[in-house]
Amino acid sequence: MGAGRLLVAVYALFGVAATSRAVYQIVTRFDVAPVAYVLSACAAVVYVVATVALAKRSRAARWVASAAVTIELVGVLVIGTITATGAVNFPDDTVWSMYGRGYLFIPLVLPIAGLLWLRHISASPARGSGRDSSAGRG
Amino acid sequence: MVDVVSYPIVAASLVFAAWALVMLVADRNPREWFVIGAGVIEVLLLVQAIVAVIIMIAGDGPADMALFISYLIFTLLLMPATLLWALVEKSRWGTGVLVFAALVVAALVVRLQDIWEGVPSVV
Repeated sequence: MGAGRLLVAVYALFGVAATSRAVYQIVTRFDVAPVAYVLSACAAVVYVVATVALAKRSRAARWVASAAVTIELVGVLVIGTITATGAVNFPDDTVWSMYGRGYLFIPLVLPIAGLLWLRHISASPARGSGRDSSAGRG
Repeated sequence: MVDVVSYPIVAASLVFAAWALVMLVADRNPREWFVIGAGVIEVLLLVQAIVAVIIMIAGDGPADMALFISYLIFTLLLMPATLLWALVEKSRWGTGVLVFAALVVAALVVRLQDIWEGVPSVV
């Protein structure tokens, strides 16, 4: 699966990190910034869904992955823009604040990479039809 | 926390990431060196964890100890998990996983420092 494996690994890591962070924030100090923490939790769920869907190869999984990755891109753009322009000032940062600056802008890069990858695999011939060679291995 | 322990980890993981990136670009796959490199970083991380636990037991730990410990555990699990992943995926993208993981280790160690010092920023 090549590059897809890297993408899944990065997504998995992000899923774990975002989920644990959101759980921690909600458990320890939900009242500080409820909207921001709920947003973080939603982002975490989307990352986990995207991870699982990207790891699977079925047509349905590709659909789910496209939806999750698109939500992510919209999320990071909307939240990034309203926080960067100061339209909304959350008491605490979300994963997507300032286009994911707190996470080296990976939240912005990931969905773009995800969409490019999904386009790439849907352009290639059907999977599992004997094309499962070990090209690029070793 | 203990800068003497932390900075070498940041340096080592950055060097490892750069080296693995060179291997990725050259499309080479020296698996035993990947294991050795990741092993060195993991040993350093273990040393850091032990030192941190000793200081915490001595009663001079970070204010947010739960957060610190959860980061510490995550840091310790990261390298073994990604090394396994990279060894299973034998293409150059497996190496990419290692590059990414090493960079994340560097960032996490800096975060650990911040949490220890109580620097207010993203959790």
